[in-house]
Amino acid sequence: MQRLSIPKFLNNKILAYLIAGSFLLLSILLGISIGTVSVPIFTIIQIMMSKLFGIISLDQIDPMFSSIVLNIRLPRVILAGLVGASLAIAGAAFQGLLRNPLADPYTLGVSSGASVGAVLTLFFQFSIPFIGSFTLPLLSILFSWVTIFLVLAFARKIERSMRVETIILTGIIFSSFLGAIISLMIALTGDELRQIIGWLLGSVSMRGWEYIKIILPFFVLGSVILIFNAKELNAMSFGEERAHHLGVNVQKRKLMILTAGSILTGAAVAVSGTIGFVGLVIPHLSRLLWGPDHRHLLPLSIITGSGFLILADLISRTIISPTELPIGVITALIGAPVFALILLQRKRTERSG
Amino acid sequence: MLSVQHVSGGYSSESVLKDISFEVQTGELFGILGPNGSGKTTLLKMISGILQIAKGDIFIKGKRLQEFHSKQLAQIVAVLSQHSSQSFSYTVKETVSLGRYAHQTGWFQTWGEKDEMIVQRVMKQTGIASFQNKNIQELSGGEKQRVFLAQALAQEPEILLLDEPTNHLDLSYQKELLDLLKCWTTETGLTVLSIFHDLNLAGLYCDRLLLLENGRININHIPNEVLREERIREVYHTEIKKHPHPRVPAPQMVLLPEEKQAKKKIQIYEGLLRVNNEFIELKAPSPLRTMSSGVIGSGTGWHQTFVNRHVGKDYNCSDHRKEMADFLKAKGFEPSETVGMMTAVVLEDVSYKYFAETGFSLFVVVTAGVGNAIDASKSEQHTFDKVPGTINTWIFVNGELTEEAFIQCIMTATEAKAKALHDLKVIDAVTGTVATGTSTDSILIAATQAGEILEYAGTITALGKLIGKAVYECTSEAIQKSQKRKVI
Repeated sequence: MQRLSIPKFLNNKILAYLIAGSFLLLSILLGISIGTVSVPIFTIIQIMMSKLFGIISLDQIDPMFSSIVLNIRLPRVILAGLVGASLAIAGAAFQGLLRNPLADPYTLGVSSGASVGAVLTLFFQFSIPFIGSFTLPLLSILFSWVTIFLVLAFARKIERSMRVETIILTGIIFSSFLGAIISLMIALTGDELRQIIGWLLGSVSMRGWEYIKIILPFFVLGSVILIFNAKELNAMSFGEERAHHLGVNVQKRKLMILTAGSILTGAAVAVSGTIGFVGLVIPHLSRLLWGPDHRHLLPLSIITGSGFLILADLISRTIISPTELPIGVITALIGAPVFALILLQRKRTERSG
Repeated sequence: MLSVQHVSGGYSSESVLKDISFEVQTGELFGILGPNGSGKTTLLKMISGILQIAKGDIFIKGKRLQEFHSKQLAQIVAVLSQHSSQSFSYTVKETVSLGRYAHQTGWFQTWGEKDEMIVQRVMKQTGIASFQNKNIQELSGGEKQRVFLAQALAQEPEILLLDEPTNHLDLSYQKELLDLLKCWTTETGLTVLSIFHDLNLAGLYCDRLLLLENGRININHIPNEVLREERIREVYHTEIKKHPHPRVPAPQMVLLPEEKQAKKKIQIYEGLLRVNNEFIELKAPSPLRTMSSGVIGSGTGWHQTFVNRHVGKDYNCSDHRKEMADFLKAKGFEPSETVGMMTAVVLEDVSYKYFAETGFSLFVVVTAGVGNAIDASKSEQHTFDKVPGTINTWIFVNGELTEEAFIQCIMTATEAKAKALHDLKVIDAVTGTVATGTSTDSILIAATQAGEILEYAGTITALGKLIGKAVYECTSEAIQKSQKRKVI
């Protein structure tokens, strides 16, 4: 009864966006405010106002605050938000497409693929002429794109119906294999281990505005493609054949969705390393609260995903301050149990149904 | 509307279908039949564009299937497949609304009033409107099937492809769905192609049937031609029997269960007959195939108990069937297993005889009263006042009778009876001519349906000859006994 009444109560879509939006706003303010130096929330609002609209001049504000906010905390919060949003919407899309509530960039092995691309670029100092700093995300995207198609092709080879468990198992096989390749590369380069592992576990610290510029165009591109395919995703969550009968050009749409998902994952991994389970937890939670309709699920996943990662980042840098925990540790601590829970629930409904 | 021309193909390795050609007209309800693995679903998948056609062409409204865009095709053809999997908990209405996908064009694909109207209409038609806000994962199999049917109907298709639509549906919804489809085909010109497993449903509702066998067309014809006993037996490799529908002119097939032990050969003879003042009773060791004109258990059927009941000369009851059933129940008989008759004759005057021939035998029981004797050729001169006097004839055959034989048994028995009356000079009191029977005669033919198969029972056959003799002798004796009683 409880579970039924919650979604009913929140069914109003405007309310859903209001709640998600407030959550995001709160996360941003907390993320900027809390740290070794605490910045009052009112000051943050003042700084934002002056920067955005120029109503209030910056002179009245302590320059230390404005420097902390503008140069350190704000870019970090925005980057965390963008990464969270990218991973969440990519997860939602993969889940809808594969009719699999356990799919997410991490469990599918796409993140690992992107990491291989990123590690290659970072450690061999690749730089493709003309695109410069975009070499990193482009290679990550390329590797994640190749990985997702390999994973799906392999899963289909195992079993045509592509059961949930088969896909996840294939993802694990690919993750392990690609992880080994990364370890091998790291061992061969003999670089400082801590820094690399820090990157691998995922972090949004000390990246600055530079990285926001790298991820932003890909985030916008990927999200727009996915949101325009929301209806098709709805149809495809009833199976590809059914979607075809309903008039969806399945092959084309599938390619678009997988590509958009790879773009989002690749770009996110390129700037922050592999951060797991965001794409699993957030869509699942959004679906539970506001229903599975992708036209709303995708935007809501963006909003809650970014809020969630900002909070996770806040926890990771404050919990054992001054040492920073990798953000991936926090998301995995929350995400892995949720993963287990979804699996349990699925098995239960399968048995009863 | 739909034309399939020399189509072959199937899954990658081998072609399931071989050179299939047929056409379906607008407004037809076209059934596709065939045993498992004969290629029914493959054919449907090709028409819906899911499977590639290896050879040949499919035309929809004169246009090649491959030339349609996905959305265009979905505006004409909707599909209800056998299994629909869903992992997420959409509501019923959200699911049905997806059916409008193909009709929404433009960048923003806004949900119009027309879309809403159609969705509400199809939900009402399929009886799911009442739970439109429920989660589809909470629904039963039959309810889900109706939700997906509604989704297909929301596409407003001109052709509806169905893969065993009655799967998961209980009896009343099977009928309702097919009635609805039939109605749409005639009223709105919807063309329906449907796979059926149930031959009887197909025979009942389809205009034409296509029977597939090993990927080839066995026949494409009207149901009566397709559903022939020998053909179905051969294609499905199973024992079946064709039977006419009791109400509508549609062929029906019934399965014959494999009998593990050989049928116990039973014999009907004098030893099974009990006579007392109230009724004559014969209880067979197992049910007999019957054709009769009794008060209870008339028509054709299977019955185990046979009762001829004595009623007073003034017996008069408005609902004699119910009265008879109550009587039987009170005496410990099960009315549904019983053929019951009535007579005003004193039951002691019953006449019965057992006759045996090589291969079969016969047991005949007759009670006769001729107070109401009538010349059938002049029966219009009678006013039919209730005067008691009835000849009830029971004929038990230890053998297997065909339907024809049952009818011929009745003919032969009636002729023999008329002859008996003639020879005894039973006179119709009104016309003064020789009577042929009484106004309320009843007959029962019951066969054990074991042993020798007796195809005919005309007077030229051994069975016919024996029946003629037996009925003549028994009837004569019964009439004489009854007349003697009157004299005394």
